[in-house]
Amino acid sequence: MTASVEEQQFTDLIAADSRIEPRDWMPDAYRKTLVRQISQHAHSEIIGMQPESNWITRAPSLKRKAILIAKVQDEAGHGLYLYSAAQTLGTSRDEMTDALIAGRARYSSIFNYPAPSWADIGSIGWLVDGAAICNQVPLCRASYGPYGRAMVRICKEESFHQRQGFEILLELMQGTAAQREMAQESVNRWYWPALMMFGPPDDDSPNSAQSMKWKIKRHSNDELRQRFVNMLVPQAAVLGVTLPDPDLRFNEATQLYDLGEIDWTEFHEVLAGRGPANAQRLQRRRDAHDDGRWVREAAAAYAHKMAAKPATDTADADVPNEAAS
Amino acid sequence: MSVASADVAEYATWLGDDSLILAQRLGELISRAPELEEDVALGNIALDLLGHARSLLQYAGTATAQNEDDLAYWRTEPDFRSAHLMEQPNGDFAHVIARQLVSAHYLYELYARLQASADLTLAAIAAKAVKEVNYHRDHAAQWTLRLALGTDESRRRMVAALSDVWPYVDELFRDEPFIDRLDGIAARPSTLRTAFDAAIEPVLAEADLAVPRGFTAAGGGRRGVHSEHLAFVLAEMQVLTRAHPGAKW
Repeated sequence: MTASVEEQQFTDLIAADSRIEPRDWMPDAYRKTLVRQISQHAHSEIIGMQPESNWITRAPSLKRKAILIAKVQDEAGHGLYLYSAAQTLGTSRDEMTDALIAGRARYSSIFNYPAPSWADIGSIGWLVDGAAICNQVPLCRASYGPYGRAMVRICKEESFHQRQGFEILLELMQGTAAQREMAQESVNRWYWPALMMFGPPDDDSPNSAQSMKWKIKRHSNDELRQRFVNMLVPQAAVLGVTLPDPDLRFNEATQLYDLGEIDWTEFHEVLAGRGPANAQRLQRRRDAHDDGRWVREAAAAYAHKMAAKPATDTADADVPNEAAS
Repeated sequence: MSVASADVAEYATWLGDDSLILAQRLGELISRAPELEEDVALGNIALDLLGHARSLLQYAGTATAQNEDDLAYWRTEPDFRSAHLMEQPNGDFAHVIARQLVSAHYLYELYARLQASADLTLAAIAAKAVKEVNYHRDHAAQWTLRLALGTDESRRRMVAALSDVWPYVDELFRDEPFIDRLDGIAARPSTLRTAFDAAIEPVLAEADLAVPRGFTAAGGGRRGVHSEHLAFVLAEMQVLTRAHPGAKW
């Protein structure tokens, strides 16, 4: 079967490492894959605000409080860019939000782990944002233009987030015995789930091959996971924390680290909704959405009334709107 | 930074505590706002207020060789100077907006005046803050209009919120005796009221909202007499720091 002209153009653009833009023809499956991936990424940013916002009111210094507010706010901003990128593919933010709160959409399972300790704010920055960066830097070159461009800005902010997480842990590790213990205990809890963020091993990753062919994805899950561990080991040494993998050692032959066995049962359990905080995360998102409905309705009604007013009237900001009373 | 006198430190603590407690309240909302855009906006406002609080408390601390964290985390309730308005629980979004409307209009008049303070540190803090609270004022005014003129439900909620918040307005404009010693340095609270009324009344008129009549809260925050709420705010804010005396973060 010969490809249509449009399809040939698409294939040529991909082959030339060019960008696909919203106005370009694209295969349905490419569009679907992107909507799935971008909306999952957006949801992850939004759900990811929760474990961190859990510590805003209790941050142990005003400087840390300010940095944490700025970080959680960045995440809301990332969610907004990503929803916008997905909207260029013809799916509305409302549809995506509905799918999230109805439990039909996925987000990164890492956010189904709780953050009961202040050191978790450090671990989330160092390990979770660190893993996210390894995953996301190659996405800056993703073939779909709006996604790639959104990722450029997001990655810049994420690398700042990772450094602040590292700095929180460094401060703890240089602090009191209780603070060092707090840091190590937290790294012990987050290390393995962070490795799982790269997804299942390559021989068990059904969507990867096609995404790589389309140049949405540039490296395999295992390749990225390996890259992440290579980055972590020297940083852990600087921090003085122990990575909780007794089998972790450098392999002279491959020049890579050999890793212990990842508990993929845990990964699939959390993915299936049986993680420590799945229910809580979704409930909180749904509550915020439901509690805010009357506000969004008011904003829409007000905008509608303003649009309906005669031009001379709207120009005068001091005229009360009679229709509302 | 120059060293504040005891009176200037007391005044900087008034202002710093107002911003700190309000930022703490807004911090509770982040990730719970009605729209993602509002998570961003409320986060921004909280961050601005926290910035003002840090500058003011740093300055207040120079009088007693304490830093901003010593003051935020290691004082107890009677040593706080926040006004009751800032301590009020968030409630629904209309209450958040009503509190923002009043506080931002008050803070704007305060900092606008304080830019001319003979105390150069206070003047510099005010010059930066006034631009930011001007945005907060606009944000609150826009939402007041949307809620008051939006739907029947939003109007009902906005009317109730304004009348719940209004009893705490008076305290903001009450002079305490020590203010007499800060002539030319502090913005005398009672003298800000006219400008506050002149700025907020047109917003209320455009929103078709009447200035509420009824209760006036006794207040007392400037003397360390607080609402029932403050102890909970402080308990939450200070819990981790106090569990680790002497630790750095």
